[in-house]
Amino acid sequence: MQAKEDSQNMKRYTIITAMDNEAGVLSQLAHLFSRKGYNIETIAAGWTVDQNVTRFTIEIYSDEARVQLLCSQLRKLVPIHYVEILDTSKSIRRELMLVRVKAEDRAARNEIIQIGNIFRGSVVDITPDSITLSVTGDDQKTGAFEELMKDFGILDLARTGIVAIERGEM
Amino acid sequence: MNSNTRKLNGSEILIQCLLEQGVDTIFGYPGGAILNVYDALYAHPEIRHILTSHEQGASHAADGYARSTGKVGVCFATSGPGATNLTTGIATAYMDSSPVVFITCNVNNDLIGRDSFQEVDIAGVSLPVTKCSYIVSDVTKLADTVREAFVIARSGRPGPVLIDIQKNATAGECDYTPMTPEEFEAHPDRRIARLKATHHPSVSYPDINIHAVEELADMLDKAEKPLLICGGGVVRSEASEEFRELAHRLDIPVAITVMGGGAFGGYDDLKTGMIGMHGSQASNMACDACDLLLAVGCRFSDRVTLNPAGFAKNAKIAHIDIDPSEIDKNVKTDLHIIGDAKAVLKLLLGKLKRDRHNDEWKKYVFSFKRETEYDDPEDGTLTPMQILSAAAEILPQDTMVTTDVGQHQMWAIQHFRFDYPRQLTTSGGFGTMGFGLGAAIGVQAGNPEKTVLHVTGDGSFRMNCNELATEAYYKMPIITLLFNNSTLGMVRQWQHLIYHEHYSQTTLDRGPDFVKLAEAYGIHGRCVKDEATLRQTLTEAVNSRFDGRGWVIDCRIDIDEMVRPMVGGNSFITNFMLY
Repeated sequence: MQAKEDSQNMKRYTIITAMDNEAGVLSQLAHLFSRKGYNIETIAAGWTVDQNVTRFTIEIYSDEARVQLLCSQLRKLVPIHYVEILDTSKSIRRELMLVRVKAEDRAARNEIIQIGNIFRGSVVDITPDSITLSVTGDDQKTGAFEELMKDFGILDLARTGIVAIERGEM
Repeated sequence: MNSNTRKLNGSEILIQCLLEQGVDTIFGYPGGAILNVYDALYAHPEIRHILTSHEQGASHAADGYARSTGKVGVCFATSGPGATNLTTGIATAYMDSSPVVFITCNVNNDLIGRDSFQEVDIAGVSLPVTKCSYIVSDVTKLADTVREAFVIARSGRPGPVLIDIQKNATAGECDYTPMTPEEFEAHPDRRIARLKATHHPSVSYPDINIHAVEELADMLDKAEKPLLICGGGVVRSEASEEFRELAHRLDIPVAITVMGGGAFGGYDDLKTGMIGMHGSQASNMACDACDLLLAVGCRFSDRVTLNPAGFAKNAKIAHIDIDPSEIDKNVKTDLHIIGDAKAVLKLLLGKLKRDRHNDEWKKYVFSFKRETEYDDPEDGTLTPMQILSAAAEILPQDTMVTTDVGQHQMWAIQHFRFDYPRQLTTSGGFGTMGFGLGAAIGVQAGNPEKTVLHVTGDGSFRMNCNELATEAYYKMPIITLLFNNSTLGMVRQWQHLIYHEHYSQTTLDRGPDFVKLAEAYGIHGRCVKDEATLRQTLTEAVNSRFDGRGWVIDCRIDIDEMVRPMVGGNSFITNFMLY
């Protein structure tokens, strides 16, 4: 019963947090998620305008009550500066996907490049047998592109994980 | 450069930083990686180092010292097994919000990551059970790390902190400038400044929401059947006086958690006793019937609430706690106030609308109060209640008590009238068997003028009785009252009630002879099987206090004694299996 209720209220949350840029903060952060029973769907990190501060974008599945509890646990970590749950309607979410696709003849190569253009992707590497493209977008866009590439045969694929930022106030 | 600046090695800097914090007692155990630190300590007789038999004993002693004095405890251990032996003690301190700084040393920088002899990532191991775990590889970072660790351990919701110092950082030299804790906390360039400015929960709490305080005063004014829960936070924030005033001005019955023991007067007429799994009928019935439940410094653990869905089901629940992550964690509240219990209660007392009486409600609640529910057996067998009554009568009234974990713990907490904060030291959250003796050593070290009673069971005592050597060496007259029922009593009780009397691996029909054990360590040992001998022995123990030798009083009780009352786990709080 509990599990059923949980699964009904589960949705994807984007959590933004900034931490002191020092050794071990990532493991502190990741530890806390796993010990509270979460699987991190995506995580992306890099320093901000201040190189001493690393900003993480983390996406998880949760319900509202539990995600709030998780955030108050996160706020207790000493290296943490702030923790926010992003409102997806007021924020921009992007990830970069690199995908190497089988392209052994001209027809395939042309079609892959055309589809890439539709997705505003760019060809970053080309060989007689394959093409590597980079595509940027939210997970729906990169997911759709991945689906289309499956037809050609995906040789390798890498995602950065979502980074997100709040939209400016109008 | 400050004229007080000197060039010192890391070990001496560590000692100087401990002196800055006013540390005069350290519990610990030396070893290879921490040799430099012990070498520096050699030149500082003003710091008393208590060498235990085992690092776990040192960890519990530092914890007991912290809990009983309100100061930050300090514990040293070496790398590898020395460090991992601390982990149960760290977790115990963490679960009960006890401020302890654990200092371990690790192998040299050039050996880190090579699976070197006695190398372990103790900072990683301890991460889930500390407020913060530091690694220091650079001697220039050492002083500020130690200073920050003390602030974090004692501030906000207190808790343990671990500093793992690599051996090279204990040998390397750098400039050291003394700094008082006040100067450090006010220093704008240190991380602590950011933590304070942003009200980071590790060190601070946001401004108290005065509207919520007013609303709570209003709720208390309107409530017809209010109940207070006194939790461990009342002890930690030294809010006993304010809590007592609140209870008395509004004439509200008070239920007490294990960790709240001593924070509310043991002889007070408003006390309903312990609440929860082994709570009194008065507490649990009041919890079920009340229309307003105000919990102060309590985290609604499963041993208190049992089934959270039915907990205080007729009541609005209000919660005062310093830790925002405790709000709505286990029980959904109607009103919460984040802040230090003492500060919040002070504000609340100023907002109370009127003093009042709750005669009808009190009459109902205290109609469930039973003074004693145990009959003395006709064959003269010693009972737990006889032991506790004798101890309460014969030992000084301000005796400080530590316990291990199990039946004896519940009996002691139910029966003793703890009357001042920090009188009781017990492992409430983590339930660490083997905690009691180490803790008693810490309590006695911090309170040399007090009588210290260590209540234990035969199962718990066997775990860490090696610390009798420490007790004997430092001439600590600790009285160990051993409830010996030749079984892991609490587990047996569950096996009896729930597991069809399958006493799987709980019967302790084996040694040692505890009297001979005590004597082997050079302290008094006595086996007692009847009340008269027990009383005589306790009197002797009190009178021999100044010979500096502790006592182990092996009290033989029946194997089938049970803790009453009892509510089954996850059951409703009034659903008693045993009365």
